[in-house]
Formats: sequence, C-alpha cells, structure tokens
Amino acid sequence: MDKIIELRHISKSFDGETVLDDISLDIHDNEFITLLGPSGCGKTTTLRMIGGFEHPDQGDVIFMGKRINDEPPHKRHVNTVFQKYALFPHLNVFENVAFPLREKKVPKAEIKEKVDKMLSLVMLSNFAKRRVTSLSGGQQQRVAIARALVSNPKVLLLDEPLGALDLKLRKDMQVELKKIQKSTGITFIFVTHDQEEALSMSDTIVVMSEGKIQQIGTPTDIYNEPVNAFVADFIGESNIIDGVMLEDFKVKFAGHTFDCLDKGFAPSEPVDVVVRPEDVDIVNAADAELYGDVTSVTFLGVHYEIIVDIAGFKWMIQTTDFVSEGEHIGIKLDPDAIHIMKKSKYSGMFGDYSTFSEEMDELANAGGEQQEC
Amino acid sequence: MLKKLLKKSSGSGRAALAPYTLWAVLFIVIPMLFIAYYAFTDNNFNFTTENITRFFTSVSSLRNEDGTVTEVHTYLLIFLRSLKLAVLSTIICLLIGYPMAYRIAHASKRAQKIMMTLIMIPMWMNFLIRTYAWMTILQDAGVLNRLLSAAGLPSIHIIGTEGAVLIGMVYDYLPYMILPIYSVMVKMDLSLLEAARDLGCGSLSVLRRVIFPLSLPGVISGITMVLIPSISTFYISQKLGNGKFFLIGDAIEGQYVANNLHFAAAMAFILMVILLFFMALVKYSTSRYLYGGEAK
Amino acid sequence: MKKTASRFLTALVYIFLFAPILILLVFSFNDSKSLSVFSGFSFRWYTELVKDRHTLEAVRNTLVLAASATVISTVMGTAAAWGIDRLRSRWYRTVVDTVTDIPMTNPDIITGISMMLMFVFVGRLFGAHSSLNFWTLLIAHVTFCLPYVILQVLPKLQQMDRALPEAAMDLGCTPLRAFLKVELPEMLPGIVTGAIMAFTLSLDDFVISYFTSGTGFQTLPIRIYSMTKKTVTPKMYALATIIFFITLTLLLISNFIESADEGNTKQKRKKSKAD
Repeated sequence: MDKIIELRHISKSFDGETVLDDISLDIHDNEFITLLGPSGCGKTTTLRMIGGFEHPDQGDVIFMGKRINDEPPHKRHVNTVFQKYALFPHLNVFENVAFPLREKKVPKAEIKEKVDKMLSLVMLSNFAKRRVTSLSGGQQQRVAIARALVSNPKVLLLDEPLGALDLKLRKDMQVELKKIQKSTGITFIFVTHDQEEALSMSDTIVVMSEGKIQQIGTPTDIYNEPVNAFVADFIGESNIIDGVMLEDFKVKFAGHTFDCLDKGFAPSEPVDVVVRPEDVDIVNAADAELYGDVTSVTFLGVHYEIIVDIAGFKWMIQTTDFVSEGEHIGIKLDPDAIHIMKKSKYSGMFGDYSTFSEEMDELANAGGEQQEC
Repeated sequence: MLKKLLKKSSGSGRAALAPYTLWAVLFIVIPMLFIAYYAFTDNNFNFTTENITRFFTSVSSLRNEDGTVTEVHTYLLIFLRSLKLAVLSTIICLLIGYPMAYRIAHASKRAQKIMMTLIMIPMWMNFLIRTYAWMTILQDAGVLNRLLSAAGLPSIHIIGTEGAVLIGMVYDYLPYMILPIYSVMVKMDLSLLEAARDLGCGSLSVLRRVIFPLSLPGVISGITMVLIPSISTFYISQKLGNGKFFLIGDAIEGQYVANNLHFAAAMAFILMVILLFFMALVKYSTSRYLYGGEAK
Repeated sequence: MKKTASRFLTALVYIFLFAPILILLVFSFNDSKSLSVFSGFSFRWYTELVKDRHTLEAVRNTLVLAASATVISTVMGTAAAWGIDRLRSRWYRTVVDTVTDIPMTNPDIITGISMMLMFVFVGRLFGAHSSLNFWTLLIAHVTFCLPYVILQVLPKLQQMDRALPEAAMDLGCTPLRAFLKVELPEMLPGIVTGAIMAFTLSLDDFVISYFTSGTGFQTLPIRIYSMTKKTVTPKMYALATIIFFITLTLLLISNFIESADEGNTKQKRKKSKAD
C-alpha cells in the first residue's frame, strides 16, 4: 500500500490555545482510517487541514509526495462530506451532485451519465429532480456522499457524517459506507467520537486526545492492547487498576500477584492494569483470591452488567450468568485477561467504577494483610 | 507578512466591510459630532455654552385671554409641550394598538394577512398628504363638521387645538405600535398560554402574568417607534395646530430656516441627550421587569 | 356580546385609518376647487396634474434619487452584511452594530440636521456658496437606507449553513465562484427585500431630504411640502391617488407572488411526505 497522505509534525493553535500538538500520521491508499476522540481533541481540525480549510502553524501536509500546505481547497484532490451535509438548498438533488462537474465544465452528456451512476450507487435514482430540503436525513446524507464522490477524488473526508442520524439508520449507513469504500477503492478518512462506529468500520483507528495522537492501530490492536488509560477507557469498558510489575510475566495488584503475558518493564515498575469486563470469570467466593458483594445488576439483553465491590474498588463485569444483587461472589482472571500499560498522565483518571485508585490501594492492602493472617 | 494577513479567513470579510465602515464613520459618526460642535460654538466657531443656556433661560411673554401677560421660559415650555403630546400620543397608540395587535394575532392566518395589509396601506401614503387630508377633515368648515351638521348635531371646533395635533400623531404613528406588538404576539407559543391555564391562571391573569410580559419586547419597540418621531415631528403641529402649538421639532426647523444653525444644533443636541437617557432607562427597566429582576 | 364589541372597535380603528385616504380619493375627482364640498365628478385635476411641469420634474427627480440610493445602499449594505457575518473581533462587531443602529433610532430631524451641519461646514471650508445639492441628498439617502439593507441580508447569512461555501470550494470552486454560486443565491431574498425597503424609504422620505437638499433639486415630498404651504388644490390629491394605486398594485402583486410561493412549497412538502 502506498502512502497517499503524510502529516509531518503538525501543530496548530487558535487564539493561543493549542489544538494540534506535533501530529504525524501516514494514510495509505485504499484505506478506511478513522480519527477517533472526544470533542475538542483536534480530529476535525486535522481533517480540515487535509481538506485545505485550515493551515498548519508548523509542519507539512504531503499529498502523494508533494507538499500541499498552501494549496487552496478547490485544487486538492480530496472531497469532504460535511457534518450537516452542506447541501445547496437552492439546487435539486441532481444539480447538487452535478455541482463539481459543472464547475469543471464537463460535457453535458457526461455529467448526466456520471450523476446517474452516482445516484444509483447511493440508491437515489428516483430522487434526481427533488429539492434537497424535502429529503430525509438519511437521503440527504446519501446525496452528500454522491456529490463528494462524483468527481472521483483520491481521498474522501467524512466529518462525523452519521452524527445526525438515528441509531437504526446509523447502523445501516455504516454498512453502506464500508461497502461504498470497498467498491470505489477510495481512501476514506472518517472522523467520529463514537468508538463502536470506529471499531466496526475502520481498517485503521487513530485515537486522539488533547491535540495529540494517543495510539494508531487496527481495531483489534487498539481494543486488546491499549497503550494507556485514556485509550483503554475511551475504547470499550475497562477496569483500570494500579499495579506493580514484579518481573516479566508477573504483576501485583489488588493485593495479589497474577500471571500475565506482558514483559519488558523495569523491576517493580508501577503500571496500569487493564481488565476488560467480559474477560472476568465469576467463581465461588471461597475459591477465589478476589471476592466481594454485587452492588448492582443491569440486564442488557445479551448479557448482564454487574458491579462488584471488591475491597472498595468497584469492578464492572459482563456475564451471561445471572447473579443477584447483594450476592457474595469471587472473580478469576486468566493471564490473557490481564493487559499491562505504562503509567501515563491519564493514569488514575479513568477506569474505576466508583472510587479513587489510591483509596482502593489502601483498602486492597489492608484486605491483603488480613488474608495473610 | 501581508500574504499571511490576507489568508486569514476574516481578511476578506474586513475588506467587504471596509466601504461601509468608512461610510458610517464619515456620514453617521462625524455628523453626530458636528451637532455637538455647533451646539457649543458661536457663529465664529469659538467655544460657548450660550446656545445651551439660551434653551433653558430664554423668556418670552404670553398674552392671556383676559389681557394679562405672563412670562414663560420659551423653549422649556415648547419642550414640555412636545413631551406631553408625545407621551399622550404614545399612550393612546398603545391603548388602541395593543388590543388591535392581540386581535389580529389571534385571527385566522388568512384574516391576519388581510388585516395587517390594511394596517400598512395608509403608511404607503405620503405622510404630508395624509396630515393635510386630516386638516381638511377637521377644519371648522371641513368634512367632519359638515357630517355633524347634516346629522343635526352641533359643530365642533377642533382644528388648532392640541386635540387635533394628537389625532394627527396617533394617525401617523399607530401602525408603528401595532406592527412590533403583532409580530411578537404571533410568534408566541400557544402551549405557554395553555401551560399557564393548566397551572391555574384565569383569563385575566394569563394576560397579566404571561401574555403581557412576553409581548413586552414588542411593546417597548412600539413605544420607542411612536415616541421618538412624535416628540420630534415638525409638520403635524404646523398644519393641525394652526401653528399655535410650536413643538421642539418646529423650533429646530424654525432656527434652521432662520439660519441660526448653532442654536438649532444646540436644541438637537439636547433632544438627543434626553432621548438617549430615555432609551437607556427603558432598557434598564425592562431588564429589571423581565426575568424576575435578578438579571446577572 | 364581547365579540361584537371587539369587532365594532376593530372596525372603528380601520375607519379611522382609512378616513383621510377615502376623503383624498373622493376629492381628487371633485369638479370644484374645494376640499370639503363635493360638487361633481371630473378628471379636471388629473389633467391639470399632467400639465404641471414642476411636479412632473419632482417625480422624475424622486425616482432617479431613489434608484441611485437603492443601488448604492444595496451593494454596499450586502457587502457589509457579508463582512459583519464573518467578523471574529467582538469589539468591532459591537461598534458596527451600535453605529448601524444610530440612523434607525435617531429621530429623522436629528439625522437630517447632523448631515446638513457637516455639509454646510465642509462646503464653507471650500468656499462653496451653496453646499447642498443632489449629491448631499444622495449621500443622506444612502446613509439612512444602509441599515435596513444590512438588517435584511444579515439574517439570511446567519441562517445559512457555514459549511456551504466550504463545500463549494471543496468541490472545485474558487472562493469567488463559491460566493457567486452558493452564498449569493442564499442571500438573494434578503437583498431583494432590502432593496425594496430602501427604494420605498427613499421615495417617501421628507424630513431628512428637507434638511439636506438644496434649492436646485426638488423631490416629490419636498414639492408637496412647498405646495401645502400655500392653499392646496385637489391636484395634489390626484397625485396622491395615483401614487396610492401604484403602490397598492405593487403590494398586491408581491403578496400574490408570496402566497403562490408558499402554496408551492406546501404542496411539495405534502408530496415528499406521501412518498
């Protein structure tokens, strides 16, 4: 796969407030890449920079090997699907899709042919003469996609395009977008704050926070091997516990030592331990090292989501077995359920379902000592 | 450097705004300063406060009907008379205009359109001609008195009285009261009124506690749109008051015609200051009245 | 009972509003010179009006002035609204808003006097004998029309999706083309109503014109003013009647177009719902 866009050490601030802080990113041909992060993380600014609507204070935007920092939007081979679609209200569906072709003075017959083809791709062939204001949200969305694709761009930028749709429609559009991307072979750069959307659609996910890239990887990598507490918390649910790496493959947390699959840390290095709720097994309290009382049970259809208070730290556990509130249960963690991360500035900010890590630590220690007696 | 400045997205905006900014400074701001400049200078453009003090101290004698003569402060009297007539005409416009606006806003969509068009049509007639037409109606031998005598009623003398001036003012400015109140009322959320009833308000208290406060912005702009032109008018009083009721507008116009520009400017300046004070007061008291007064 | 009373009062208000206009219409066809005794029907005053050279010239002047003031204020006001809409500086915005408010809230007499003082002062500086002429009148008219144009155009821009011009550029338009093809069509309804308002305001203005026009260039309202200084003949009523019917026709036509447009969109909306 060839690199189609490279961002090199890009920084940007608005009114003295840093929005992007030394971002570097390679985007490959034919890739579905998602910029994921909470609002204000800089993902939209990154996208607008590729589109040509913002200019970096520092760093370079490189498109197919050529620096395009100063190229205005209309000269770039990238098109955008805007957040609220930005359809031209004074033009009908056909004319909206034909807009970029008319701008390029494409012959009439060819315009008709291309627009018709695009409208059938997004399944709106019967809507050509309709006013865009009379369309539903999902239909407007399709027109916006057709309009952005009709002039055959190298890259399509999508700025939270599904945000305004309801849940059901959003799921359908996710599938459809992925299909369109596969069939056209165009690179999609997708911006969203919805982690499920990112996981289900992307080849590559770029997790951003506070103007910095936190992690780049495939959806599975990002989910299974988050690099820090921020990523672990933002992608899926996680229990994040303070721990100490005793030696390779041995970690101590919650007053006990566990086997794990991670290595390469300094002896006794403090770390963040991630345990995904679905990786926790429920066992008899008497047989377990960790045990506590169930404080809440929520039925979510496929599984139950339960909160267990283990020595003051509230664990979230997803299970298909029913347990009742107030029940005394134990939990078991297999080595592959445990993921170790280096300490970061996000440590202690996320991942416990009620209390401070410090408090939990003390209680866990107290609990541990008691057990040793 | 210049290129960087131009690239800023607000650059083209400022360029588009530049001609207007220049125009506004030259023909709105600077002329306002000229009023102050003329008001505080004499014919040789030396500083003086004489024009201002003249407004407050100038005295003339009035001959009463019984032949006695009273001394009055000429311009203060004129100003107070203008104020009185303007306030009266504003109150009358409000008393007529508010129920009218309410009634129109609660009519069917079609009727609303027709009724509002009918309110606006008289505004399309030149106001000098409208006022003149009233003169011919109200004259002693005018249409009104002819109708009265045809009906066997005694004729009335109204032209040349303050009443006639008031009729002219109300006639000319009533649409300015109805329009803003109507446009606020028509946008009022009907469910609010239902909510108020649901919470136990009777008709009258819905009007007092919900409709009126909500329509207040319209009322305020109606009041300013009537008060300001009626306090400064200079034609209505000349025609309908037979020139006997000089108003502040007539005084300013008279000084202009007599080429006493500095004194005309002084009066305009005083009028402007008073109106500014009035507007600030209105703004302050509405923000106190609405939102429970604890505006932060 | 309550309803009848309210109907009666409403009718009374309309009678009050239309009484002078009715008088005007009737007496414009009066055979005699009287404005209060109707002695017979005739077109006499209409034929006299057509022969009145001064009035006809005033009509022509008014139209020329209104057309010029409309064009200038519409172009400058539209550009200004566009610029105001993308101002980032908050204090600049506040200043512009405040200054734009001045001609609308100030009494006409003060606006008129203030400009007259400046024109006279500047004229004297250059030793001109009479400093008030067509150009001062035009400046004054453009000045009081500008805020109305801005206030009509600005909301259209504020309602517009900010991404529209960006979308156009994204799809291959230069910034100028994006403005012409996307922003201008969005602003157009505001520009048209702004222009119509400017035109009618300019046609109708008396007070500001009174202070800023010289003797050489008389507009219709000023001509009417000088006519009403003397005894008025029904000729003026004939003039008023003609103006009245022209504006009434224009009003009805624009109302008709508006409601036709509304009906159209309603039908389309219904159709899309049925699909």
